[in-house]
Amino acid sequence: MIFFWAFVIGGLISVIGQLMMDVLKMPPAYMTTTLVVIGAVLGGLGWYEPLIRFAGAGASVPITSFGYALVNGALAEAERHGLIGVVTGMFEITSAGISSAIVFSFLAALVFRPKG
Amino acid sequence: MKQVSLPEATSYQQMAKTQEEKRSVVTNVLRAFLVGGLISLLGQGLMWMYETFFGFTEKNASNPTVATLVFLSVLLTALGHYDKLGQWAGAGATVPVTGFANTMASTALDFRSEGLVLGVGGNMFKMAGPVIVFGVVSAFIIALIKTIWQLLV
Repeated sequence: MIFFWAFVIGGLISVIGQLMMDVLKMPPAYMTTTLVVIGAVLGGLGWYEPLIRFAGAGASVPITSFGYALVNGALAEAERHGLIGVVTGMFEITSAGISSAIVFSFLAALVFRPKG
Repeated sequence: MKQVSLPEATSYQQMAKTQEEKRSVVTNVLRAFLVGGLISLLGQGLMWMYETFFGFTEKNASNPTVATLVFLSVLLTALGHYDKLGQWAGAGATVPVTGFANTMASTALDFRSEGLVLGVGGNMFKMAGPVIVFGVVSAFIIALIKTIWQLLV
């Protein structure tokens, strides 16, 4: 069942992004940054975690989860070390996405030539 | 300075408008739903794989999942396939984490000709930067408010 909801919720979040571009005439970069901020706000309110429990990758694959994960990392570390944890824990969870994107992109630039 | 004559400019705008209207919002939304959903479904499959065969828990299985999706996205970008997917699927290819990786890989590849340090290193975050900056700043403010709130209440 979680596979079904992953598809539906992942698709719906993409639809929200598409509507922001088509109806609100937002450029793609504005759309993605807005979604990240929305994810961070929902994370702060504690509403994004139920969505992840419900839809799994449907909520953790879209870019909104980046904002949620930043807030979550910051809050988890703040619980352990106080206010300073907000800064030190920020990238705790998002490390996988950013590190792999940097490393693989750099390697790709070494090996491949741009196409199209 | 040479100015574009007015009729020429308006006819271009009209042409651009008809080209734009060829794809209705409904088509775009359906494509975005399909592709965004399928990428998430792939992610769910990967999560299941990492939980079942590699001993990850439900909580931390999303880390290797994201890394795998990023790898696939960078590879498809380098081979020139992801941009075609993006043209077809719109936000369906931009919103998932693969779209984030795509912006980084495509700028890294495009600026390779300007050298590894200033070209690749300096431009990699050119398009992915806004997401990180706004994500971190908003997360900082929200986490700060929530932490102070919890200290007071």
